[in-house]
Amino acid sequence: MWQPKIIAFLCNWCSYAGADLAGVSRIQYPPTIRVVRVPCSGRINPIFILKSLQSGYDGVLVSGCHPGDCHYLTGNYYARRKFALLKALLEFIGIEPGRVQFSWVSAGEGEKFAQVVERVTEDIRRLGPARYLIKDHGAEVED
Amino acid sequence: MELRSRIRELFQKGEIGSLIGYGRGTLPLSARPIFITEGGVDQLIFDITCGVNLAKYLLRKKPIAGQKVGIICKGCDGRAIIQYLTEGQLNREDVYIIGISCPGMIDPNRVREKVRGRVVTNYQMNGEEITLSGDGFQLTLPREDLLSRSCLRCRYPSPPIYDTFIGSPKDRVEIQDEYRSVAEIESLPAAERWNYFQSEFGRCIRCYACRNSCPFCYCDVCFVDQTNPQWFGKGVELTDTIIFHLVRALHTAGRCVDCGSCERACPMGIKLTLLSKRMEREVRERFDYIPGLSVEETPPMAAYREDDPQEFIQ
Repeated sequence: MWQPKIIAFLCNWCSYAGADLAGVSRIQYPPTIRVVRVPCSGRINPIFILKSLQSGYDGVLVSGCHPGDCHYLTGNYYARRKFALLKALLEFIGIEPGRVQFSWVSAGEGEKFAQVVERVTEDIRRLGPARYLIKDHGAEVED
Repeated sequence: MELRSRIRELFQKGEIGSLIGYGRGTLPLSARPIFITEGGVDQLIFDITCGVNLAKYLLRKKPIAGQKVGIICKGCDGRAIIQYLTEGQLNREDVYIIGISCPGMIDPNRVREKVRGRVVTNYQMNGEEITLSGDGFQLTLPREDLLSRSCLRCRYPSPPIYDTFIGSPKDRVEIQDEYRSVAEIESLPAAERWNYFQSEFGRCIRCYACRNSCPFCYCDVCFVDQTNPQWFGKGVELTDTIIFHLVRALHTAGRCVDCGSCERACPMGIKLTLLSKRMEREVRERFDYIPGLSVEETPPMAAYREDDPQEFIQ
């Protein structure tokens, strides 16, 4: 079965720890994500997400602390506003809604983290390989 | 001409030390920004060719104590100034806003489309019609065919704040289908939307005229010019150009006053305001904010509410 490549931006304090908990609890989830640890979901510049799509990732998962739980108190509130606009814009130009997904996962939600990865993987598998916005870095080299 | 006599008066009274206004451009049907003191008042004009948003030039002016900079403000210039004030880019005391009611500005791209390569040397307005004339031709068209798309859906022809007003301020206009252009695109299936944007942005030659004319693209170093890291390619490859325009729309979201400068400046006639208009609607619906109306409100992307809608987050 085709395995999508998904880049996951996880905040250091909640989602990254949640992923860690899923690991130490031996919870199984698909091996489709490549994790990038960021200090806070507020650190995630929409440019990171666009750059990921351009680099050929089939999907992007963004995850941070639940509202009210941010280690820096308000980072995820600002992030939420940025993400809302980015999502609207991507869908407006015709990118499939499931390509870029957002979630809140706390450090205690190892189970939820595994479920989120499973759901995102399933969604992206259904969409198939990414087609839009990709920059084909390899083409010239192969010729 | 009321404009010139009023400005001369302001100089004589010492209200302003210099002025940013419009003068005749070198091409037919064009105006250019001029920066004058009292001696230059006779160069001033104001008509339907004065589309350039002047607000941006304020940011490059070093304030001189006791000498305010006067600026001719249509609705959109005035709203851009309000936005600058909320962003801390400007001191209200340094600027003297001279309000003027905007009749709606023509879009050179739309004129070019209509005259098909012929050179327009003159125009005349009669009510709702504009007659363009040049060497051996004359063309009479309804105003809507030549006006900037942003002007056709403009709700604020006069600046919300001003120190003096030339003529009388126009009321806010009620526009029913402000987001029609956006809704038209949204009614298409996703794949067709992608094809549409591909054909629009595929024409982009990365001249950055949109960015340079935009009152809100005032970053010292734009993200596309950064080299360490170099975020996106600088060529005309489709993915790079689309992402450039997407990020520009994101960076101006909640700030863009839909002056339409980008679209009028575009040499390729790309419908750039589609993206900014889409963002404007999202900001309005989600965060209940319309840019450039109030000096007190915090810009939406520098603020949050604990109960902001988050239906898209698992």
